[in-house]
Amino acid sequence: MGGLVSGVGLDPKTAPTFPVAAKMALGDTQLRKNVRHATDVIQAKRARVVAEMPDWQALREAGKQIRQHTMENLDFYLEEFEANCARAGGVVHWARDAEEARRIVVELVKASGSDEVIKIKSMTTEEIQLNSALEAAGIHAYETDLAELILQLGEDRPSHIVVPALHKNRHEIREIFRREMNLPELGDQPHDLADAARMFLREKFLRVKTGVSGANFLIAETGGVCIVESEGNGRMCLTLPETLITVAGIDKVIPRFQDLEVLLQLLPRSATGERMNPYNSVWTGVDAADGASLGDGPRAFHVVLMDNARTEILADEEARQTLHCIRCAACQNACPVYRQTGGHAYGSVYAGPIGAILTPQLQEMHHAQSLPYASSLCGACYEVCPVKINIPEVLIHLRNKVVKQNTAGVAGLFDVEAGAMKAMAMIFRSERRFRAAQRLGRVAESPIAGSDGWIRWLPGMLGGWTQVRDLQEMPKETFRDWWERRGRNGD
Amino acid sequence: MVTDTVTNSARAEVLRRIRSALGRVANAEDARAGWDAVERNYRRGATRSREAVMELLEDRLRDYDARVVRVGHADVASSVKGMLGERKGRRMVMPAGLKAEWLPVGVEFVVDDGLLAGELDAVDGVMTGATLAIAETGTVVLQNVAGQGRRAVTLVPDYHLCVVRVEDVVETVPEAMARLQATAGLATTFVSGPSATADIEMTRIKGVHGPRFLDVILVG
Repeated sequence: MGGLVSGVGLDPKTAPTFPVAAKMALGDTQLRKNVRHATDVIQAKRARVVAEMPDWQALREAGKQIRQHTMENLDFYLEEFEANCARAGGVVHWARDAEEARRIVVELVKASGSDEVIKIKSMTTEEIQLNSALEAAGIHAYETDLAELILQLGEDRPSHIVVPALHKNRHEIREIFRREMNLPELGDQPHDLADAARMFLREKFLRVKTGVSGANFLIAETGGVCIVESEGNGRMCLTLPETLITVAGIDKVIPRFQDLEVLLQLLPRSATGERMNPYNSVWTGVDAADGASLGDGPRAFHVVLMDNARTEILADEEARQTLHCIRCAACQNACPVYRQTGGHAYGSVYAGPIGAILTPQLQEMHHAQSLPYASSLCGACYEVCPVKINIPEVLIHLRNKVVKQNTAGVAGLFDVEAGAMKAMAMIFRSERRFRAAQRLGRVAESPIAGSDGWIRWLPGMLGGWTQVRDLQEMPKETFRDWWERRGRNGD
Repeated sequence: MVTDTVTNSARAEVLRRIRSALGRVANAEDARAGWDAVERNYRRGATRSREAVMELLEDRLRDYDARVVRVGHADVASSVKGMLGERKGRRMVMPAGLKAEWLPVGVEFVVDDGLLAGELDAVDGVMTGATLAIAETGTVVLQNVAGQGRRAVTLVPDYHLCVVRVEDVVETVPEAMARLQATAGLATTFVSGPSATADIEMTRIKGVHGPRFLDVILVG
C-alpha cells in the first residue's frame, strides 16, 4: 500500500502566479464541471437555511462585532485562554512562525512515544505543511477527514477550505480508493466510498495513540477548545488517543463561551448549508478520572498558539478584518472567479476571495502578489460573509500596497494596474480625450441596459456584480454636455 | 523536548508584536466593557409555544433521518424495547447513572467502567440520556455526567439511542448556551443527526465514523 506520503504542499512562495495557474485550470473541463456542480449545490443549501433565519443580519452584525472586539483585545484574550487552559491541565506553547510550530509539534509527537498520528482536517496544519515535517521526522500522519484522505491517498492538494476534495468527482475518488486501499470491487456510489473510508480508518482510530487537530474556536473564558465537524473522525481523534496536540492560529480565540451562541449559528449554515453540522465538540484541558466520573479523552493535551504573520495583518488597520474569518468558505462558493478556476490556481491552501486577501498577507506581501487581482470586485463574497468581512475593500487596499511596492522599481513600468492608472491620468488631463472616453462608455453599455435604465445582468465574470446589486445605466447626456446645451439655450 | 526558554521567548515575542500592532496593552476592564457593548439584536429566547417547539424538534430530527418517538414517563422502557427490537440491539453499552426505570428486561446492558475502544466497537449500540436538546437545529447535547458518560461511549458503537426529557428541550441555540454556561468546562458534544459527510459531490451521506443510526425518545 503506497501513497501515505502527503502530496506536494501548496506553497505560495513557489506557486505560479494566479493568471498563469488559472489559465491551466480553465483548460481542465472535468475540474470546472466538478467545481461548478459542488458550489451550486452548496450555495443552494446555504441560501435555504439562511432564509429561514429571520435574524440572520443581526447575527452577522454580532459576529462581526465579536470578532472585531477580539482582535482589539487579542493579547488579553490569548493570555486568558492560556491561563484557563493550563489550569484545566492543558499545556500551551507559542510559535512565532510555521517553522517553530512544526518543530514544536514534531517534538511533542516524539515525546508521546508514537511514530504515527491521526489527524483531523486542519487548514492551519496545511498552511504550515506539517505532514511533510512529520514525514521527514519519521512520523506517519493519517488524514482522517474523508476529503483529506482522498487528497492524501491521491497525492493531491486541497482546493476548498471546507470541502478540500471538491474538485474530485465520485469516479475519480473510486479510482484512488481502489488503487490505494486495494479494493478492486469497490462501487462508485457515495455510500460505497464512505463505507470504504470507515473500514480503512477504524483500525487506525483504535490503534494510534497520538492525535493532531486544528481548532475552530479557543474560548478565553474557560480555556476550552471547540471543533465543528461532520463525520465523527474529529471526535475519534479528540477522544481516543492518549495525547492530543492542537495547532491554532492566534486569530482563533473568542472571548466567552456565550459567543458560541452566535458563531455556532453562523458557521454551519454558511459552511455546509446545514442548520447544525453533525458534531460539535467542546473540551477543556484534560478531563481526568475523579470519584464522580471516569476520565474522558486524552491524558495529555497541548495547544500550539501560532502567529505566522497574523500580527502583521493585525498591524494593518485597513486589512485587520481579514483576521475575523471563521473559515466557512461561503465566499469561495459565491465567487465567480473561484467557480471558474477552482482552488489550486490560488497556489495556497486558502483559495477564493478570502485566500486572495489572506495568502499574500501571510506571506508579508512578498509572494502571491497577483492574488489581490484575482477578483472582479463584484461583492458577492462580502454579501455571504457571516462576519461581514468587506473583502473587496481589503482587496483594493492590498492592490494599492502591491502597486506601491512594485512601482518602487523597474517592474512598475510593466505593471497592469499602474498602467491603467497612468492611462486614466492621461485621459483626465485632456478635455478632448475625456469626452471621447465618456462617449465610448455609453456606447458599450447600451446593449445590456434594460428599458427602465437599470442594468441587472452583466456578461461573463462581471455577472457577480449584478448578482447582488443593480447598476444604473449612464445618463444619455453627460453633465458636461447638458451644461453646454443649457448655456446655448439660455434656460 | 521543547525548552521553556524557547517557548517563553516565543510567547513574549508574539505578545510584543500584538501590542505593537494595536498600539496598546489590552486589559480586563476594557475587554469587559468592549464585550458588553457588542450588539446582540438576534433572537435569544423562545418565540413558539411549547407544543410547537416539540413539533419543531421532532421535524428537525427526522430531517436528519433520526427516528423519533414521544412517550409518557411510564412508557420509556417499553419504547426502548421496541426501538432496540427494530435495530437489533441485543447487547448495549450504557454509562453509569442511567435511570434504571428506562431499561427494559430482556436486553443486555453493559455498564461502561472505562471499556477499551475495541470493546466499545463490539457492542450493538449505546443508550444515554442528554443534557438538553435544541429544536431549531435538531441537536442533542451530551456531557460527561451520570447517564451520559464519556465521549467515546457515544462515538464508537454504530447505534445511539438517546432519551431526552421534554423539560430539557429549548427552541434556540442561545437558550442552549445559556443553560450550558454553568457546566461549560465539561467535555460537551453537540450531536445533530447521525454522522455524515458531504465530501463526495456535496451529497449528504449518512454514517461515516460516528454512529450511523440515531434514535431519540422524547419523554414527558
